[in-house]
Amino acid sequence: MIKELTCITCPMGCQLTVVDKNDDGNFEVTGNTCKRGPKYAINELTNPTRVIPTTVVVRNAMLPRLPVKTAEPIPKGKIFDAMKVINQVVVDAPIKSGDIIIENLLGLGINVVSTKTMAKC
Amino acid sequence: MYDIAIIGAGIAGSYIARELSRYKLDIVLLDGENDVGNQITMANSAIVHAGFDAPSYKLKGKFNAAGNIMYGKICDDLDVPFKRCGSLVVAHDEFEMATIHDLYKNGLKNGVPGLKILFKDEVHAMEPNLSEDICGALYAPTAGIVSPFELCAHVAENAVDNGVTLKLNHMVTAINKVDDYFSITTADENIDAKLVINAAGLYADDVYEMVGEPYFKLLARKGNYFIFDKDAGSLVNSVIFPCPSKNGKGILVSPTVHGNLLIGPDASPVDKGDVSTTGEQLDYIKANALKNCPALPFKKIIRSYAGLRNTPVADTFTTTDGDFILEESPVKGFINVAGYESPGLTSIPAVAHYVVEEIVKPLIPNIESNPNFDPKVRPHLRFEELSDEERADIIKKDPKYGKVICRCETITEGEILDVIHRNAGARTVKSVKKRCRAGMGRCQGGFCSPRVVEILARELNCSLDEIMYDQQDSTYILAGQTKSAKEEA
Amino acid sequence: MIYDVVILGGGPAGLSAAVEAKKDGAENVLILERDRELGGILNQCIHNGFGLHTFNEELTGPEYAERYIHQVTDLGIPYLLNTMVLDLTDNGDLKTIHVINEEDGYTVIQSKAVILTMGCRERTSGAIGIPGYRPSGVFTAGTVQRYINMEGYMPGKEVVILGSGDIGLIMARRMTLEGAHVNAVCELMPYSNGLVRNIVQCLDDYDIPLKLSHTITFIHGKDRIEGVSVSQVDEKMKVIPGTEEYIPCDTLLLSVGLIPENEITRNAGVEMDDRTNGSVVGELRQTSIPGVFACGNVVHVHDLVDFVSEEAVLAGKGAAKYVKGTLDTNVTFTTVNGNGISYVVPQQVAMKNVEENVTFYMRVRQVFKDRVVNAYIGDQLVATKKEKKLLPAEMVNFKIAKELLAQYPAGEIRFVVEEAKK
Repeated sequence: MIKELTCITCPMGCQLTVVDKNDDGNFEVTGNTCKRGPKYAINELTNPTRVIPTTVVVRNAMLPRLPVKTAEPIPKGKIFDAMKVINQVVVDAPIKSGDIIIENLLGLGINVVSTKTMAKC
Repeated sequence: MYDIAIIGAGIAGSYIARELSRYKLDIVLLDGENDVGNQITMANSAIVHAGFDAPSYKLKGKFNAAGNIMYGKICDDLDVPFKRCGSLVVAHDEFEMATIHDLYKNGLKNGVPGLKILFKDEVHAMEPNLSEDICGALYAPTAGIVSPFELCAHVAENAVDNGVTLKLNHMVTAINKVDDYFSITTADENIDAKLVINAAGLYADDVYEMVGEPYFKLLARKGNYFIFDKDAGSLVNSVIFPCPSKNGKGILVSPTVHGNLLIGPDASPVDKGDVSTTGEQLDYIKANALKNCPALPFKKIIRSYAGLRNTPVADTFTTTDGDFILEESPVKGFINVAGYESPGLTSIPAVAHYVVEEIVKPLIPNIESNPNFDPKVRPHLRFEELSDEERADIIKKDPKYGKVICRCETITEGEILDVIHRNAGARTVKSVKKRCRAGMGRCQGGFCSPRVVEILARELNCSLDEIMYDQQDSTYILAGQTKSAKEEA
Repeated sequence: MIYDVVILGGGPAGLSAAVEAKKDGAENVLILERDRELGGILNQCIHNGFGLHTFNEELTGPEYAERYIHQVTDLGIPYLLNTMVLDLTDNGDLKTIHVINEEDGYTVIQSKAVILTMGCRERTSGAIGIPGYRPSGVFTAGTVQRYINMEGYMPGKEVVILGSGDIGLIMARRMTLEGAHVNAVCELMPYSNGLVRNIVQCLDDYDIPLKLSHTITFIHGKDRIEGVSVSQVDEKMKVIPGTEEYIPCDTLLLSVGLIPENEITRNAGVEMDDRTNGSVVGELRQTSIPGVFACGNVVHVHDLVDFVSEEAVLAGKGAAKYVKGTLDTNVTFTTVNGNGISYVVPQQVAMKNVEENVTFYMRVRQVFKDRVVNAYIGDQLVATKKEKKLLPAEMVNFKIAKELLAQYPAGEIRFVVEEAKK
């Protein structure tokens, strides 16, 4: 099996070629310019994951929305389930960047964290 | 019961309302739109014509130069940007020079002051960016440029200041003549009035047919325009017309009163309400504008749009010859101000005076003057035009003038609040833009429109998604909140 | 009080420049910001992907901004919010900045050096003149980004995006996550104008079609937008008749390019480069007016904020040197856009100010595969950079060591895209 991928780990967008000669999960990755490339490629073929940046409702802050993200990438297939949970959350300012907003999202062992410091006002 | 109902709050209806408010009358000004001056008044060439082209026997010929002369005082009273920049009709050959001589003679008949025929080098001395092919021109020093939306908004404001009732979103759907008055049906209410003035623009024929047998028909003719960035605003100093042909005045190149550059319009018959721009017509305008002004920097276009004219056309029952229709109709007490196309904007001060003094007054016995009539609007403060000291002063008095909302045109929050809270004030993003230019600049509201929405919502005490861009209900900007399942008040 | 360095804009370029100027010995530094908080456009860019070059971590926009805001506050650099700069004038040794805000009213600030970091703005529908109506529901992608991410409002549910710039791609994903349906992204060019990574994670992940060589030929709907006509274009970008397709939508997003915001720059009389739409700058981002520096998107539109920060460090160094009187003003080299190159920044190099190397930022005119970018002085090849793929959307960073350049007395450095020699 041979697969062409664009690495999305960073904005470089390296074109990766993944070869699995015997279809036995022994992947050989070329085209990467850093060591994150092969990790991404193998992950993408076996268990593709994404970080979800979005917002939650925040009260008593300068703005009505607080930006948040999943602290780690979550499985691609869980993105919309994750959004459903995140959309239910309401938090109150003050909030610091990095504060945990949702613990153990969907039982994945991954938290949703604030990505902005918002003072109370 | 109103004494007079005016249907249509464009420049004609609004101006006539304001002139009528000089008298003690109960006047209602109705419009189906969500703002005054929102159709023909809004999208045109914004030119105050000198008055040399319409034949002197027509109403157009009679009122054009007369209206032009009144503009200085009117725009002063109503605090409307107006500049008498002059116009040139340029000729490329001797045939066109012959037309120019005809225009000159006709202009003299119409009483247009200061007309002069220029030789080639005089033209280029005056307008160095015009084509070398131009061999002469008719110069009309009294021609000018104006902001038509500000004129209409301020006229309507002044009318309301002087006691006129303005009802927007009141689309007239039927009119019944009952004994000696008219009952006007709108979606929300019935309005009774002794006299009706039909200034419904493109729809004046439809409105008239609600009470009378048709005797005129209006054709919509669309004109496309381009607006250029202020960087290109000084390419020409005066309004540049090509030599007119049987197809009309042709594609003009003009500075705008706010310092941009405008080119257009073409003229093609369309269905009423079709204000879509079309690719071919936009290309046609560019090509024709280039003939007179080869240096046009098309990269600096910031907007294209189309507007409509309402041209009276010959039909089996038509008695018009393409002139304004200004008369009491066969239906007693029902006055038509129709077929009101170019030079309607220019003529309106003179036309409104005529309609009030010669048509309306004879119909109302014992009419009394309104002793409280004030011809002036409260001055509009334009931050960008102030000196440094004046700027410092005004921010001290009202800190909202220290907050710039529209960066391109340097429009402050103070100015936006002012146009919202005036009579006939702004209720929509577009009406703010028309009145104080927030969003008219090179970024076309990309930056400021969310802020204008916020300000409108705050001042009108509603949520952001209740603020409209233009028409009530149908031109929403925002479709609701994110996370709406969870949002709390 | 007379400031050493005043910075016009508190976005990523301004913050980074302020920090560097202060660290390099400028005493009185002041940041002027027109918005209600520091961070600029990063505040609405809540997506991740920032900071991999600078911090070796993947951050969101607000997180990246906060890193710099902390440095600014730690260094005690003052800033004014909600403050609009109306005018900048050059009085020789001192620059005068006219500003207004609600608290202090109209104020005149004087400074020895000024760094311009006003960023850029989006190209609009007006500029591209799509035929059709002018209904509500037509937005630039950045405006919608602000509405959704900061104000918490959705502009609509059925979306078409014109232009494949990064903000458009990011918003395609963002609107999808918030429950909207993105029908298509149309791109006039035969290639995308966004990063490949964003095509993958914003479009491919959500099965959003990218229609290359397509444009919108008509906007339908008199009041609110109801749909768009989309047509295919040929190599000359002319519409191919008969390819028109109607796509219903209630929202049209435009992601058709960014333009540096240089009104103040032009009014001040700074020499401009009409290829970048920014000022002509030197290696430390000095402009044609001594003491006026510029960096970030106001000089040329970057695709990564990390490079904005990197460039701003140069401007900060330059401004500090200028204030201390150690900035050399003798231009050694000017840069020239050769075959295949649309622009190069900096346009000038004063070698005495160069520490170890000079990084030239440039963009290519078209897509190239397996080429080299060569730098020539006269007919001498000075340096070569090999590239597997060159895209107009992706800025090329070409670093040339000082000692290589120092072999030449003066002249033009010409950058050219060429076939790699076997």
